[in-house]
Amino acid sequence: MTNDLLFELLKTSRAEILEDWVQQQMAGGGTRGDFIKEDELRAQAGEFLNRFQGAVQSGQINNINSESWAPVLSLLSDISRTRGRMGFSPSETATFIFSLKTPLITRIRKAVGSNADRLFQEVATSSELLDKLGLYTTEVHQQTREELISRQQMEMLELSTPVVKVWDGIVALPLIGTLDSARTNVVMESLLQQIVQTGSEIAIIDITGVPTVDTLVAQHLLKTVSAARLMGADCIISGIRAQIAQTMVHLGIDLTTVTTKATMAEALRLALSRSGFRITREAK
Amino acid sequence: MQDKIPILQIEDLLLVSIQVDMHDRLALQLQDDLTSKISETNARGVLIDISSLEIVDSFIGRVIGNISAMARVLDAKTVVVGMQPAVAITLVELGLTLDGVHTALNVSRGMALLRRNDFTQ
Amino acid sequence: MNVAKSAIVAVANEADVVKVRQAVRALALEIKLSLVDQTKVVTAASELGRNLLIYGGGGEVHLEVVQQGLRNGLRAVFTDHGPGIADIQQAMKDGYTSGGGMGLGLGGARRLVNEFEIVSNATDGTRVTIIKWR
Repeated sequence: MTNDLLFELLKTSRAEILEDWVQQQMAGGGTRGDFIKEDELRAQAGEFLNRFQGAVQSGQINNINSESWAPVLSLLSDISRTRGRMGFSPSETATFIFSLKTPLITRIRKAVGSNADRLFQEVATSSELLDKLGLYTTEVHQQTREELISRQQMEMLELSTPVVKVWDGIVALPLIGTLDSARTNVVMESLLQQIVQTGSEIAIIDITGVPTVDTLVAQHLLKTVSAARLMGADCIISGIRAQIAQTMVHLGIDLTTVTTKATMAEALRLALSRSGFRITREAK
Repeated sequence: MQDKIPILQIEDLLLVSIQVDMHDRLALQLQDDLTSKISETNARGVLIDISSLEIVDSFIGRVIGNISAMARVLDAKTVVVGMQPAVAITLVELGLTLDGVHTALNVSRGMALLRRNDFTQ
Repeated sequence: MNVAKSAIVAVANEADVVKVRQAVRALALEIKLSLVDQTKVVTAASELGRNLLIYGGGGEVHLEVVQQGLRNGLRAVFTDHGPGIADIQQAMKDGYTSGGGMGLGLGGARRLVNEFEIVSNATDGTRVTIIKWR
């Protein structure tokens, strides 16, 4: 029975509801100035009302996760995502839905008249429905922000560990700071990509700037060396300080198959000689 | 189903470029064809280009290992080139070491390697 | 946007193993796994799909996108009604062969995914479930 009233209202007063709703949003700050133009807002609101109407008509007003609400959720998801990316706050995004309450409830009141019980029931149902939809937009918004932050973090990770070409066929990766699992993964993939792109057969991984190396990081390093070898390149690990050397031995990490040098300079000297280069100093 | 993987002959080298997602029988067919061709042409080297291969699992890994071993018996050297980083990382995780298989970054490095006098299998 | 969130691939011959790889790749792309993760899960599926054929006498692979909280994942279930694996522990060790040079199949595949479960006996056959999270 409650579906019917809502459906009737949407059918007969659609244009007015739409108008009121748009005005509510413009006044309530749900558009953040002119981030969203009125035309665009009207189009979005109109589309929402269409889908909303369809969902209400098919029943299932209590379960917005049912099939009939999928088109509505899909639209709300798009709207939330876009606003989330634009920098809207969760409240600003949710205002899209919540501002529909007043236009709807005013009309419910007019339609129901003085029957207090019925009025309460209708308002409660509609209110609850819009609350659920509003919360849904907040959840999507949240997820979008998290994805954005996560992507930015990745980009920062990549930027902070550049792979540099030091000579023809030789690249170097100076690692600085603590290495956690995620960072090590990104860094190592980046190194391997660069090896392919620059056609470098030797990669120097310098860990002078890494304060501690635990088993996980050491294993990652070794896996990277193995992967590079499979691809046809070789790695030299340089900058291993006495402390780290001790730790690695204690942890039982097997470095016998890996070439290691105390400093980047020595690693470079070795890399150059392996690549067939010879450096001579000019007599002045 | 793909017919056969083409094998190119360049002087005394054989060049194979694997461009498709091979099903097992195709891979075994390649193994047979290459071995026969090495024998027929008296090839001194085989270059397998896997730069288009997005997946190398243990079966393909074994086939590559077999090709290398069989070539060696026929006095030819094998170099596998162009392995993609993601493939290399996965193989390491799988524990496939491809022992005895020589690799190079790309076709030209691979050819250079095969031509080196000191390149012993 | 109407893309498949699940798929079932019957495995009865080698060409089907290729189909399994392609289907897993498609779903991996759908949930936007990184290239390395895509490669890992497709490779694992290739190993397990081949097992279905060679040791299970054929079977089915059920693929599905799954969710845990707000993160997405790809689940693949490999089922066969073959003879089952007598000693699972042994089979998971690298280098295990039951003839035919299997080796590296299960243990390796497990390292490529986040979750791995195997149930196997002589009466029902074998079921391997793997999940790769984003």
